[in-house]
Amino acid sequence: MSFPILSLLIFLPVLGGITLLGISKENEKNVKVMALIISLLEFVFTIPLWFAFDKTTFQMQFVERHSWISLFNIEYYLGLDGISILFVLLSALITILCVLVSWNSIQVKVKEFFIALLFLEGAMIGVFCALDFFLFYIFWEAMLIPMFLLIGVWGGPKRIYAATKFFLYTLVGSLLMLVGIITLYMKGGNTFDIIALANQDFPVGLQLILFWGFFAAFAVKVPMWPVHTWLPDAHTEAPAAGSVVLAGILIKMGAYGFLRFSMPILPDATSSMMIPMLVLSLIGIVYGGVICLAQTDLKRLIAYSSVSHMGFVTLGIFALNTQSVEGGILQMINHGVVTGALFLGIGMVYERTHTRKISDYGGLATNMPVFAAFFLLFTLASVGLPGTNGFIGEFLILLGSFMTRPWVALVAASGLIIGAWYMLWLYQRIFFNPVNSKWDNIKELEVREIIAFMPMVILIFWIGLFPNTMLDFMHVSVAHLLEQVSGNPEGVASGVQLAVSNTIDAAVQGAQHALPVHH
Amino acid sequence: MNMPFTMPALAPIMPEIMLVCVALILIIVDLLYPRNRELLSLFTLFAGVGLIALLFKQQPASTFGNMFIVDPYSIFFKVICLLGMLMTTLLSGRYLEIEKIRNGEYYSLMMFSVVGMMIMVSGADLIVIYLGLELMALSVYCLVGLLKDDVRANEASIKYFLMGGFSSAILLFGISLLYGMTGTTDLAGIAKYCSETGIMSNPALITGFALVISGFCFKVAAAPFHFWTPDIYQGAPTSITAFMSVAPKAAGFAVFGRFLMVGFPELHPQWGTIIGFIALLSMAVGNIIALSQTNIKRMLAYSSIAHAGYALLGLLSGTSEGYSATMTYMFIYAFMNMGAFAIVILLCSKGNRRESLEDYKGLAKSNPIAALLMLIFMFSLTGIPPTAGFIGKFYLLKSALAAGYTYTVLIAVIFSAISAYFYLRLVRYMYMEDPSEEFVVQYSPGLTAALALSTIGVLGMGIIPGTVLNIASKSLIGF
Repeated sequence: MSFPILSLLIFLPVLGGITLLGISKENEKNVKVMALIISLLEFVFTIPLWFAFDKTTFQMQFVERHSWISLFNIEYYLGLDGISILFVLLSALITILCVLVSWNSIQVKVKEFFIALLFLEGAMIGVFCALDFFLFYIFWEAMLIPMFLLIGVWGGPKRIYAATKFFLYTLVGSLLMLVGIITLYMKGGNTFDIIALANQDFPVGLQLILFWGFFAAFAVKVPMWPVHTWLPDAHTEAPAAGSVVLAGILIKMGAYGFLRFSMPILPDATSSMMIPMLVLSLIGIVYGGVICLAQTDLKRLIAYSSVSHMGFVTLGIFALNTQSVEGGILQMINHGVVTGALFLGIGMVYERTHTRKISDYGGLATNMPVFAAFFLLFTLASVGLPGTNGFIGEFLILLGSFMTRPWVALVAASGLIIGAWYMLWLYQRIFFNPVNSKWDNIKELEVREIIAFMPMVILIFWIGLFPNTMLDFMHVSVAHLLEQVSGNPEGVASGVQLAVSNTIDAAVQGAQHALPVHH
Repeated sequence: MNMPFTMPALAPIMPEIMLVCVALILIIVDLLYPRNRELLSLFTLFAGVGLIALLFKQQPASTFGNMFIVDPYSIFFKVICLLGMLMTTLLSGRYLEIEKIRNGEYYSLMMFSVVGMMIMVSGADLIVIYLGLELMALSVYCLVGLLKDDVRANEASIKYFLMGGFSSAILLFGISLLYGMTGTTDLAGIAKYCSETGIMSNPALITGFALVISGFCFKVAAAPFHFWTPDIYQGAPTSITAFMSVAPKAAGFAVFGRFLMVGFPELHPQWGTIIGFIALLSMAVGNIIALSQTNIKRMLAYSSIAHAGYALLGLLSGTSEGYSATMTYMFIYAFMNMGAFAIVILLCSKGNRRESLEDYKGLAKSNPIAALLMLIFMFSLTGIPPTAGFIGKFYLLKSALAAGYTYTVLIAVIFSAISAYFYLRLVRYMYMEDPSEEFVVQYSPGLTAALALSTIGVLGMGIIPGTVLNIASKSLIGF
């Protein structure tokens, strides 16, 4: 493919952000419309990726490769495979929603807000496209600046504390990873090329050191227990758009980092660290869930539920078999969609009530029936009701981890129960219970807000009912990834292919049986 | 006895001679057209640009019996020093006006100090190095004290003079010990003598070596010889602080590097450890004390101590890669620090210097461009991509790792993360707090040019660093 589509995707929002600088400050409407146009345009440009992507190969596609800093053999090297493509699409989609949700809620420094958001989008897409470790690091760190500003300038009362905490946590992790990257570069024949690095054998001792170096960066981002404490603060204080980006994309990057770097480059360390990783994930699942039960703040509750859900993702990834890894990736998308939608919803209701305390709410379903219906759908998807996307992801992860270590699946399943408990309880406290007379005059959703919800609703059912449209993208890439980890090039590919299609079919049938509507 | 006198070749030292001439002309011009600052600064600018162009054309050579050498290494540092002078000149116009500094010798003194630096970085002999160093130091002592009515400036000047004189004495004592042990002041000669006789472990030689190192550490403001830095940075006129944080520091590093690499290459295992210790101590002192500063100049002073620590990471590796990393870093540092000081000067107004961090509260609201530029410089000083500060830091970390100093690097990155806190605090003040006082800054042409130059430098070298890196790495061939 000669057309540099990926560069276009990275730099379109950045250039768009720069053009926003030219619009006068007073003209807020134009700024918003322009930002929306840019984000829509960006999404339109991702559509060809969807159709042009060749699902039969694990090779990188849409590759762009130019020398950048020749002294260090650093390249401007972009490409997509079945794992990263979905995240690029998701990033483009989520940004549109962020623009929509910020339409009225951002009152001050409107222009700067949308510039920061668009810069952030460019950097996020860069992270998923980069195939040069150095380039990846540049995008990875560059993201910090707009995100820091998004939380710190437009956030809630404790925004400064939250923004600084977010920045410092991430920076410490990233810098340790940087040391790891440089070490890898020196031991791996002076290259930052991820594909070339993955094809080399590193001594196990070195792999373990590097694994923990990378872990510092990726685990903070995921966030895995015990380095998750920045997330509740950041999520809670960030503006609605910030929370949506955080939940939708940013925290996926940690898990993506494990998939893209730790597993293929450090396969032996990954295999030997499997149990510790699984245990950390399990702690995250259960601990995050239990903490949720004690939350009194709406956003904080969803933030902790992210810790729990991301525990499922890392569990799937480190269970190291086809089902679990595919489930993990799918669950990343699902979590992005569902939690993104939940934060969107919270943002909308917060705009009306200006309170995040759960006890301030009650009986909202009476005055906002449409909103209540949407929120119910998202709650159920988050809980993993069959027919919604959450079910497929969690099912695959549990299935896969059961095949690896049955006890792991057992503990993880308890997380599902806790999840259902706190989510449904939350729903009850907000939408049912006695009506709080304060909200008698609360306004129902506007059309703009319903439009913002629609893509999420579509995705929830689409992935829930036809997961293969997503999973098809990743089969080959995931099989290749697992080959790299197990070091077993034969046998896996064919066997895996069969096993995958069988389990997927089973999952889909299960889903359809459970939903009588589709009979 | 009749010694034949042969004139040494003057071509290699031509830039220095020319700069001295210009400096003298400036004094005369100041006599003829008193109080005409624009003219003087224009002269300085032309001289700076012309000399940089000249330096690029210079061929490697040596003169005065190999005491003075011109190699790509020295040319690189000379360019940094001249750039420092250029940018300071651009910054100065507005500042001198506000502070009512009318002295014509401002520019000529600065030029003399740059001559001193240029001699320093070209010196291959300890005596020449000392000569250049003193010329530089004496000129800067005067510059620091230019605000004659300001108590702090007087204190700074006297303090700097006393401590500087003391450190020069220590340096000179070290040099005399080295001379006494090896019978030469020529760096290459010292190395040759040491390896031939194997007197490396001689206590007198070690003492001399340690004393010289201490002297250099004073000049580059590395801990534990940093105590002068905060007071002098705060007390000196801001434009001179900017100058001091860039040019003399770069020259100091050039000499430091040459002394270690040419004079004592065989002692690398020993001095590598010592420099590693000094580097980490500087980072610790600089970054941790900076956390509690409330004055921006003082904060930048501690930041400059920390950055001396980072730059030492390149020297300690003792490899050509490490040296080019330090060179690159000093070049990048010149741009980002000058930029930060340019903003500090930009905020100055008559009767209100606005040097407190509090003055930056809400800057983004009243002066969005100034705040944005400061944000870029702060992130660059922190080392966040896509700014040049990251490239510089990356190169340093990489070279130190390649030389096997893994633990040093690990501690260094932790300190680097700590430093993020106080750089970010400024960003927080600018963007996330409400202004306590509404004011609109005035951009003068000189300041605008300085800001443009540093912004282009910081972002340009962050995104396409290839050229500078290549020049820096090739500058070591003749080393």
